[in-house]
Amino acid sequence: MAYSDKVIDHYTNPRNVGTLDKSSHKVGTGLVGAPECGDVMRLQIQVDDNNIITDAKFKTFGCGSAIASSSLATEWLKGKSVDDAMKIDNMDIVEELALPPVKIHCSVLAEDAIKAAINDFRVKNGMEPIELEKSHH
Amino acid sequence: MRIFVLFKNYCMNIPIYLDNNATTPMDPRVLDAMLPYFTNKFGNAASRNHHFGWVAEEGVDYAREQVAKLIGASEKEIIFTSGATESDNLAIKGVFEMYKDKGNHIITAVTEHKAVLDACKHVEKLGGRVTYLPVKEDGLVDLAVLEAAMTPETILVSIMYGNNEIGVIQPVKEIAAIAHRHGALFMTDATQAVGKIPVDVNADGIDLLALSAHKMYGPKGVGALYVRRKGPRVKVTAQMDGGGHERGMRSGTLNVPGIVGLGKACEIAGQEMESEAKRLSGLRDKLQNALTVLEESYVNGNVDHRLPHVANISFKYVEGEGLMMAMKDLAVSSGSACTSASLEPSYVLKSLGLSDDLAHSSIRFGLGRFTTEEEVDYAIEVTKKAVTHLRELSPLWEMFKEGIDLNSIEWAEH
Ligand SMILES: Cc1ncc(COP(=O)(O)O)c(C=O)c1O
Ligand code: FES
Repeated sequence: MAYSDKVIDHYTNPRNVGTLDKSSHKVGTGLVGAPECGDVMRLQIQVDDNNIITDAKFKTFGCGSAIASSSLATEWLKGKSVDDAMKIDNMDIVEELALPPVKIHCSVLAEDAIKAAINDFRVKNGMEPIELEKSHH
Repeated sequence: MRIFVLFKNYCMNIPIYLDNNATTPMDPRVLDAMLPYFTNKFGNAASRNHHFGWVAEEGVDYAREQVAKLIGASEKEIIFTSGATESDNLAIKGVFEMYKDKGNHIITAVTEHKAVLDACKHVEKLGGRVTYLPVKEDGLVDLAVLEAAMTPETILVSIMYGNNEIGVIQPVKEIAAIAHRHGALFMTDATQAVGKIPVDVNADGIDLLALSAHKMYGPKGVGALYVRRKGPRVKVTAQMDGGGHERGMRSGTLNVPGIVGLGKACEIAGQEMESEAKRLSGLRDKLQNALTVLEESYVNGNVDHRLPHVANISFKYVEGEGLMMAMKDLAVSSGSACTSASLEPSYVLKSLGLSDDLAHSSIRFGLGRFTTEEEVDYAIEVTKKAVTHLRELSPLWEMFKEGIDLNSIEWAEH
């Protein structure tokens, strides 16, 4: 199974690799997956006073598709409002990266990571976490 | 300097093939031996009444001697098959059917190839009882555990010679002795060992042995089963019925070019094994030593009882498939779940007691006859770079570096 050009591009030149200060109340951190499953994704967002995501960073332990999914997610997150970020669906990632069916769960992980980061941000700032559908993997 | 580097790369075949446990390229000498049997020596080896048949039969007979010689057998004890999968099936199902009145118990190990494990599963459906022995942390069978598993009902012990994922070599001779002491036959899947290290059916006490051509620079789709004829005379029930070829144990018109190729591959392996094993273990050790310099990298399986051309290494905190993608100039394989259709990490590595994350982080390097030192040097560089790159991307590596115990984290169920 060959990788799509977009997966290879994100994999070879991952965007926004790094770490934000997780103790800042402006930063939301999502850590999803498990080492035993072969995939762990950490995605962080920095949010300004207008609820706009000004920065996003990731680190991922996982296959090429998982790395590409999280890299793409950070690209999409920057400049979005938190509410719009909540609407990112894993199938958008699947489409953009042309992921084959066996790699769909890597994109699910990215969606989960986004939502976990947003919820972390909300809780830190005194908001209720958003009820998530039970993820589908 | 730059030109020199380019030139050097030019001389190497990129991607570099380091997956010689999956299959090997065919040796040109093997191909040369086979070619006439596709064209003017095309006869059916079972045609007993004309020139074409005799010529084909001669080719097969010669190959039978070549195969037998490599494993210290007599040519009458070699049954040609379509490969080791078929040989394993014929041995296990065939012995069970032949001896089930004597007993219904078979012993094997959890690290066996699927061909053996699934043939055993089949035997269970036919009313057999199978014990799947665990292995020690280094991948070796514990002889005391084997001894304890033997029963008067045990008719067969089937333990592989060299493992395909980690390369560990089982104490075959001692295992055979235990089997025999309890009146059972001993079978070994020697697919990865034959042609790489000395294998002698008499010295080792082997009653049945499976081998395959494509793991030793021969063609795909051909292999053999050794079936002992003296002390004891072993019989297997045919699994393929028909014209009664191969002394009735395996019907079907013989794959003459393939068999000739297998024979030639065995002959070459026999002549070159000693020097090749030295050369390959030297290169393998060079690779392994250079890569285990990297922090948190671990060699899987026993390193003292190991095939000369294999190293299975886990690079902790990076995932195998992601790593392989970063080493795209190298053809290797990984025990990571992400590389398998089932999304389960390697059962062989897990049975060594490796945690799942280490199994996910494993890479198997399989060197071969055509591997050069330049290629190994290049593989070292590529791998080091890839591991370093991926660790920069790895949240687990960051946590490790910060001194966070990963076991203390409550990971979401997945
Ligand atoms: C240990 C072992 N047994 C059996 C087989 C199957 O061999 P074949 O491909 O000839 O059926 C292999 C090869 O994958 C192997 O490594
Ligand atoms: S993380 Fe395992 S397949 Fe993508």
